[in-house]
Amino acid sequence: MIKARRWGLLVVALLGMFALNARAELTIEISKGVDNPTPIAIVPFAWAGPGPLPEDLAGIVDADLYRCGQFRPVSRNSMLSRPSEQSQVFYRDWRAIGADFLVVGKVTQVPGPKPYQLQFELFDVVKQQRMTIDRAAGDVSQMRDIAHYVSDVVYEKITGVRGAFSTKILYVAAQKRGRGEFNYRLYRADADGAREKLILESSEPLMSPAWSPDAQQIAYVSFENRRPGIYRQHLATGRREKLTGFPGINSSPAWSPDGQRMAMTLSKDGNPEIYVMDLRTRALTAVAPNRAIDTEPQWMPDGKSIVFTSDRGGKPQIYQVTLANGWVERLTFDGDYNARARLTADGKALVMVHREYGDFHIAMLDLIRGKTQILTSTSLDESPSIAPNASMVMYATQRGGQGILAAVSIDGRVKYFLPSKERAVREPSWSPFLTP
Amino acid sequence: MCKEKTSKLLSIVFAAAFLAACGSSDDEGASGATSDTSASSAPVEQTSTAPAAALEYVFYFDFDQATVREDSRAALDAQAARLRGTSSKVRLEGHADERGTREYNLALGERRAKAIANYLSVQGVEAGNVEVVSYGEEKPVAEGHDEDSYAKNRRVELKDL
Repeated sequence: MIKARRWGLLVVALLGMFALNARAELTIEISKGVDNPTPIAIVPFAWAGPGPLPEDLAGIVDADLYRCGQFRPVSRNSMLSRPSEQSQVFYRDWRAIGADFLVVGKVTQVPGPKPYQLQFELFDVVKQQRMTIDRAAGDVSQMRDIAHYVSDVVYEKITGVRGAFSTKILYVAAQKRGRGEFNYRLYRADADGAREKLILESSEPLMSPAWSPDAQQIAYVSFENRRPGIYRQHLATGRREKLTGFPGINSSPAWSPDGQRMAMTLSKDGNPEIYVMDLRTRALTAVAPNRAIDTEPQWMPDGKSIVFTSDRGGKPQIYQVTLANGWVERLTFDGDYNARARLTADGKALVMVHREYGDFHIAMLDLIRGKTQILTSTSLDESPSIAPNASMVMYATQRGGQGILAAVSIDGRVKYFLPSKERAVREPSWSPFLTP
Repeated sequence: MCKEKTSKLLSIVFAAAFLAACGSSDDEGASGATSDTSASSAPVEQTSTAPAAALEYVFYFDFDQATVREDSRAALDAQAARLRGTSSKVRLEGHADERGTREYNLALGERRAKAIANYLSVQGVEAGNVEVVSYGEEKPVAEGHDEDSYAKNRRVELKDL
């Protein structure tokens, strides 16, 4: 079913990624792609030296576009020419090998703090015209950012959807050190798993990492005092602050869309309830308190209502509460367990953990039509997180007895795994767009 | 010592008397034993009919349940007896198996720990001496994805402080 050339591409892509991401802990495997991915040629960018470029920029763009499943990068071996600017482009060379789109570029060294400057161009091979010319510059530590910028531009120009290749992920890793005892680590990495950076390490559990809307801060749950507390941390400075330490459960932090409030789960008043904290005044407001377990709050994009999990009907289901009047409405009616909703940016759909016939899957609920679609074929799936352009959902699952991260396109057609080489990895949280 | 005929007759008489006496003394011994037995079985004071349970510190739960199991009651009673009327402080740590979401499992673990806390409280343990914490599914003792492992993880652990 898969053509030999595509297998060759896969091997090249994986080997390339191993070479590039020698220090990364996550690697990408494609397990299923779309039926007719768009063929695109990314010509290795010209570079006059000295020495080789610190990163294979065109190779990173190849991997980005291949990973999202909608593109099929053309093999370098089949390229008949290696243009680096428009004057060198002969469209027949690219029609001949079946490419629909072409990307060329050249890197020059310029004086100053951003010595690597890339100029790149995107061409529509079929229409024989240039679609865009753009530039990006940076120092040696920003080479991957330059490549992801190219991927974002190419993706948006061709699909009309903003690319999410420059985004980040948070996740938790756990390493067993004794019976029922683990070392827990909170990491941040690029969306492709590269440049993994340790944020926090603890001998007590770390859970529920969450991004602030401006991506400058994160919140998480830490049991570092042998009881759970909600903390927030400024990423650039590492400065952290404990927000709650009430008796009982302190968990599920969720920043409001305007970044001014945080929803959370507290059981200090007898049983787990949703609360909203004003981050400036620290005032707490209980939302729709009752005798059931209410948890996992998430904000609707207008900031006026909260979606949450509740077992008030017997088993966990997803509900929505309007903050102004406390009106609660049930959202999920399929399956016997629905929990941990994550909303798309436009609030028209959510992904959730869904159980039907015994297995836990990730499913999408279309809030307008009320229809549930199961997205994953793996079982024991949990912690879905949506890319900010809503194109993909990352989640945690088990493979070979090990906890790993996986991703699926929002329509369920494209899937890939991010297996960890060392640790049980879980609870991915996809960042917002890093720039407005 | 006496004449042979008379001594034989006397021996028989003495033997018969001895045997008769032995026979009756046996009865006395038997009745004596009986009275001894009944004396030792008479209760000195009222005690519970079951022997004291060995101290257990882990209590298990059924799937999706937070109710104290019947087979945990004796062990919990023993803990209550140990803690009741003392100033000893304990911590109840609630856990869940890995199925379902992590945050909901935190709540489930807390429900289980609170169920144990309530039971101890009804048995007279001072509520202020009992702390309740839930770890949800974050600290499994068994890492398999099978029913056996799940059953081991659905637990509340009692820890002396």
